[in-house]
Amino acid sequence: MAQVKKTLIVTRFDPDKDQTPRTQKYEISVEADAKVLDALNHIKDHVDPTLSHRWSCRMAVCGSCGMNVNGKPKLTCKDAVSNYGDVIEVAPLANFPVIKDLIIDLEGFMDKFKAVKPWIMVAKERAVEAGPVKQSPDELADFKQFSMCINCMLCYSACPVVSNEPDFLGPAAIALGHRYNQDTRDEGAGERNEIFRQDGGVFSCSYANECSEVCPKHVDPSAAIQQAKLNNVLDWAKSFVVQRGGK
Amino acid sequence: MVDVVRHDVVIVGGGGAGLRAAIAACEADPTISVALVSKVYPMRSHTVSAEGGAAAVPPGSKDDSLEKHAFDTVKGSDFLGDQDVIQYFVQEAPKELTLLDHWGCPWSRNPDGSVSTRPFGGMQTPRTWYASDKIGFHMLHTLFQTSMKYDRIVRYDEHFVTKLLVDGGKCGGVAALDMRTGKVKAVLGRAVILTTGGAGKVWPFTTNGNIKTGDGMSAAYREGVALKDMEFVQYHPTGLPGTGILITEASRGEGGYLINSEGERFLTTRDYGVGTKAELGPRDMISRAIILEIEAGRGIDVPGKLGKYAHLDLRHIGKEKLETRLPFVLELSRTYAGVDPVTQPIPIRPVLHYMMGGVDVNIDGETIIGGLYAAGETACVSLNGANRLGSNSLTECLVFGARSGCHAVARAKGGMSQSDAPLLEQAKGESARLEALRARKRGGETLSGIRQDMNTAMETGLGVYREQAPMDKAVRDIAELKRRFEQVSLSDTSTVFNTELTTALELSNLLDCAEAVSTAAAQRKESRGAHARRDFPKRNDQEFLHHSLVYYGANGPRFATKPVTLGVWVPEERKY
Repeated sequence: MAQVKKTLIVTRFDPDKDQTPRTQKYEISVEADAKVLDALNHIKDHVDPTLSHRWSCRMAVCGSCGMNVNGKPKLTCKDAVSNYGDVIEVAPLANFPVIKDLIIDLEGFMDKFKAVKPWIMVAKERAVEAGPVKQSPDELADFKQFSMCINCMLCYSACPVVSNEPDFLGPAAIALGHRYNQDTRDEGAGERNEIFRQDGGVFSCSYANECSEVCPKHVDPSAAIQQAKLNNVLDWAKSFVVQRGGK
Repeated sequence: MVDVVRHDVVIVGGGGAGLRAAIAACEADPTISVALVSKVYPMRSHTVSAEGGAAAVPPGSKDDSLEKHAFDTVKGSDFLGDQDVIQYFVQEAPKELTLLDHWGCPWSRNPDGSVSTRPFGGMQTPRTWYASDKIGFHMLHTLFQTSMKYDRIVRYDEHFVTKLLVDGGKCGGVAALDMRTGKVKAVLGRAVILTTGGAGKVWPFTTNGNIKTGDGMSAAYREGVALKDMEFVQYHPTGLPGTGILITEASRGEGGYLINSEGERFLTTRDYGVGTKAELGPRDMISRAIILEIEAGRGIDVPGKLGKYAHLDLRHIGKEKLETRLPFVLELSRTYAGVDPVTQPIPIRPVLHYMMGGVDVNIDGETIIGGLYAAGETACVSLNGANRLGSNSLTECLVFGARSGCHAVARAKGGMSQSDAPLLEQAKGESARLEALRARKRGGETLSGIRQDMNTAMETGLGVYREQAPMDKAVRDIAELKRRFEQVSLSDTSTVFNTELTTALELSNLLDCAEAVSTAAAQRKESRGAHARRDFPKRNDQEFLHHSLVYYGANGPRFATKPVTLGVWVPEERKY
């Protein structure tokens, strides 16, 4: 495989030393079919061992290596250097505090993730002896796509609402909550919809659709949010009808 | 000073086995407090990369039985699996996969709403439950999300456990490097469960992610627990040349063919011991068949770095079925090999995938150190013997994660007390050791240089086929690399997220695992399961129907053996 020369301009930040982030330029040769992550690993192994970034599976499923490449959020293990010219700028994802170099702080997201109660809720525990719950292929299809999120955080980096309203639950968390609401095995939609209706919930979304455009797994969080909005409106209307009828 | 936190049960690792153990512990006792300590956020754990499915006899199946699943596993193990462990495993397997369903796992479904199953290598009937071709991802996320129900599970994300705190033959916690602050934390608890996965990064060409560095195996080894059956490492038949990215066995479960340069389906035209199972033979045999085809000059060649390979042909399966059943295979092939399996065969070759060996534990997951447990790939409970059957390992994480979680609770609540002082002394010592390593300026050795030489030594000596001299050389090379590691100098002195320091710790752990693998392999003068020797091509039950044990020693490892638990099935020739 032929080698290609690339200049990587990488954002560096060491909280022990730096007041603000700076950039560092690396001139390297990598295989022509390398991914951006391969280029960073080449720097780490052979040029500058102080560079810090997260990565593991290098097959686009663990979600560790999301970064901004030439200003756009990318999964760097999936993003080929051949997509770019001679110069590639690599920075941490936007809309997150930075811990060091390319490593962002995920704690805020982890709180939002838990806030949508991403687990099956049932009134009565199922007995294991009863075996798996029946679910038709169509019922599966109602939520399967929204269960494919790898938590890579690209959508939070792209989302214009997250950047203005840090408390917004955000695309991945809402898609996940909606995924459980759509699952026929779950009975927790009422509880989750209350969370969705709060400030920073589904109605904060301005439908910019950026999240779905950058999603490397085609989860389409934007569609999940619009469906969740609709379900909440219907829920509200239904509760109104039931209340009146009950009188 | 080190920070100190206290819990009842401390789980190291947040993958399938660790999360299952955490949930089991919470369900076993409503007052239990669990620490889940992992060097990555749990959803990054390597369980995420498993593709094909998880094995269990489907409830109510007419064609299948627990006995059949057990026998397939025994035979797959080349009679080195412990038969009591295997019987317990097959009995619990359907319950565990049902629980995963109740927790929301998006299993693929039949039209009647029941869970679909697919055929897998070495299994007599289709008993592999699947979620398209991403079961590892869905299992991990289902377990992680379910674990969030329990506020009693306290996570220590991005905390790298570097030492077990052991005093008086009892484990009372761990020392963990908080990667964000660079400080060491003593996480105390009366039971500790190691669930950190295998050590595939010992080899250069592996399906394993970067985090698979044998951290738990090394930690136990350093405290005097044996690593068992480490010579048995699984080469998966179908990895993408160059990257080693896994193309699931489900591709063959769904009907894929393996083809040589002459366009021949060699598993059906030549005798590789797999009989009519053809592409659905067990992994050890199929990997050997591919290597022999390449050696016989029937490999496919491309110029450049990738070497020779075979073809996995899925074209006859058809676009629609491929898109439903194997969408990830399509994505991976297109992104990482530049081929479209709908219209082109996929280049593949055998790739290091899984370690049958691990921390020596009994059926409860207990080691010889009181309160120290292990489960999943980290452990060797002797389910897989000399060769694991595809789709048994995810179920193993669940079955033995749950069992060790329950036993850890009993231990933690069992009333035996342990003094903190010696444990905290050890944690302080560990803090000083890491400080010294971070600031270390010695010789001119580099981490990447040593890693590369370790990779070469292990690929040369411990490949699909093995012989005495190259294995002996690997043993010597690893000993030399351990000496060279002492001459590494580090250049990153930062405290926050010092990934050069963690890379050094990982490399040191990998060298321990490489030592155990090469030592055990050089002792086993027979061919059994994945340990295939050209100089001893036959299995030798007379002399080698035993487990291998490698113990750590400051001046080099010590080797011992222990018997295999038989009882039901008598060893016979393994032919399909």
